[in-house]
Amino acid sequence: MTRLVVVSAGLSVPSSTRLLADRLRDAVVEALDEVDVEVIELRDLAHQVTDHLLTGFAGPELAAALGSVREADGLIVVTPVFSASYSGLFKSFFDVLEEGVLDGTPVLVAATGGTARHSLVLEHALRPLFSHLHAVVVPTGVFAATDDFGDAGLDRRIDRAAGELAALMGKVDPTAPRRRRTVEDELADPTPFEELLRRSGEV
Amino acid sequence: MQIGIFTVGDVTPDPTTGRTPTEHERIKATVRIARKAEEIGLDVFATGEHHNPPFIASAPTTTLAYIGAQTERIILSTATTLITTTDPVLIAEDYAKLQHLTDGRVDLMMGRGNTGPVYPWFGKDIRQGINLAIENYALLHRLWREDVVDWEGRFRTPLQGFTSTPRPLDGVPPFVWHGSIRSPEIAEQAAYYGDGFFHNHIFWPFSHTRQMVDLYRRRFEHYGHGSADQAIVGLGGQFFMRRNSQDAWNEFRPYFDNAPVYGHGPSLEDFTEATPLTVGSPQQVLERTLSFRDNVGHYQRQLFLVDHAGLPLKTVLEQLDLLGEILPAMREGFAEGRPEHVPDAPTHASLVAAAGGPKDPTVYAEADAATGHRAEDAEEVQV
Repeated sequence: MTRLVVVSAGLSVPSSTRLLADRLRDAVVEALDEVDVEVIELRDLAHQVTDHLLTGFAGPELAAALGSVREADGLIVVTPVFSASYSGLFKSFFDVLEEGVLDGTPVLVAATGGTARHSLVLEHALRPLFSHLHAVVVPTGVFAATDDFGDAGLDRRIDRAAGELAALMGKVDPTAPRRRRTVEDELADPTPFEELLRRSGEV
Repeated sequence: MQIGIFTVGDVTPDPTTGRTPTEHERIKATVRIARKAEEIGLDVFATGEHHNPPFIASAPTTTLAYIGAQTERIILSTATTLITTTDPVLIAEDYAKLQHLTDGRVDLMMGRGNTGPVYPWFGKDIRQGINLAIENYALLHRLWREDVVDWEGRFRTPLQGFTSTPRPLDGVPPFVWHGSIRSPEIAEQAAYYGDGFFHNHIFWPFSHTRQMVDLYRRRFEHYGHGSADQAIVGLGGQFFMRRNSQDAWNEFRPYFDNAPVYGHGPSLEDFTEATPLTVGSPQQVLERTLSFRDNVGHYQRQLFLVDHAGLPLKTVLEQLDLLGEILPAMREGFAEGRPEHVPDAPTHASLVAAAGGPKDPTVYAEADAATGHRAEDAEEVQV
């Protein structure tokens, strides 16, 4: 079944970031026939994310979350705006993700902030980050300022972005290789040494 | 079962006193620790290789040769030798020389290193790390086995009619381990050659170590070197012990909390649970160490890191005394239930026996093969 993973980096409980994440999730679920959904709250993983930065390995809950992201056919990522960008915790989570994991993965980027004056964070911070990670970022990003939660315009943007993500996810062939090989791939099915030897000499 | 210690040669302040040893003190302490390792009956002393402060681990064969001259029995090894940035021709020469000087008490562990700038300092590209490890070792492997090598590769100037001297002692190259924490390609490389695979799981959870060792064992069998449980596996380990467990926790905590690698991160409690680090009584260290087999099967070499994070020499020597006390029980424990067909780690003696006895591998040359002139003619030629 198609797998949707939602990454939410809100820090308060409840948070408007999580509220936006849930609405995006519901809209994508509605647009797809059958979909497995998992929501990852980064607040719960904050210690393990920092430990990973320091030790180089993931604690059990973080390892499970990174595994879910690796297996996802589509992602919704939502961050609060801190100091003109995504939050440090949000960035750190994607910093400890193994290289290549998001190759070709459709991603819907979203952010929350006090006022709409921060909305370009989607374009100058989130979109370049996920382009760097070789994800496919859907054209519509969703920014929700506090005021937007009382405005019908937010619903329209959510539906449009969710539709775009659902359309890309609907085209995902779960059996097709779309990523660079990761350590997990090599452990399961190692590249034979003769091939490694041949490649080592390739310029 | 070989049991030993390895050092990375870090010069780290003692967090309890604020004092940092000088390079000279640390270098001398390393030799003292190696001698102590032999005194308490350990099988292996291995040194790392670093080319930057705060380490004193450059020039490893100088250190190992000096230790070799002051010891009689202990195997001298590396943890690790930088196969990526060191010229394989120099590795071939240096370690063959060390073999002769120490009568065969030498093996090596290949590694890629973890200090990025070492690559450019030695004229290499870090993005080629795996490829360098593969090509350089392929050359090294030949230099020790073929008297005359013609070779052309991607990363090093070609060789024509090259003979690496001295030839390996008794015609038998040193045994090689390949160390890697997270690169399946290196486990694959070790399996291909039938070399040893070492997982330094001191900073890593058991689950990951198990995956890497499983891959190596599977591929060792695939390449026809024996059954998976005959593959040659080594593990890292780390402990701090005092007779009273609580004393060990209290004394080690400031060193852990401020350690360069994992300090200021997870708690000592979390880290000892997630990784092989064991803090406690000698009995607890003994039991935990013997439990490593549950994750990787019967294995051949266990190396402990004991001199790190600013621990003073006196404390390190006390740790080794305590290790010496549990060593007989540890050997007994490792022998328990070990099937006959699981081999010990190869040594020079076992490799010579397997090769059908010692050979004189000297390549006798009439004249200087490179210039074609005898040494006594050299003066005329130079003018």
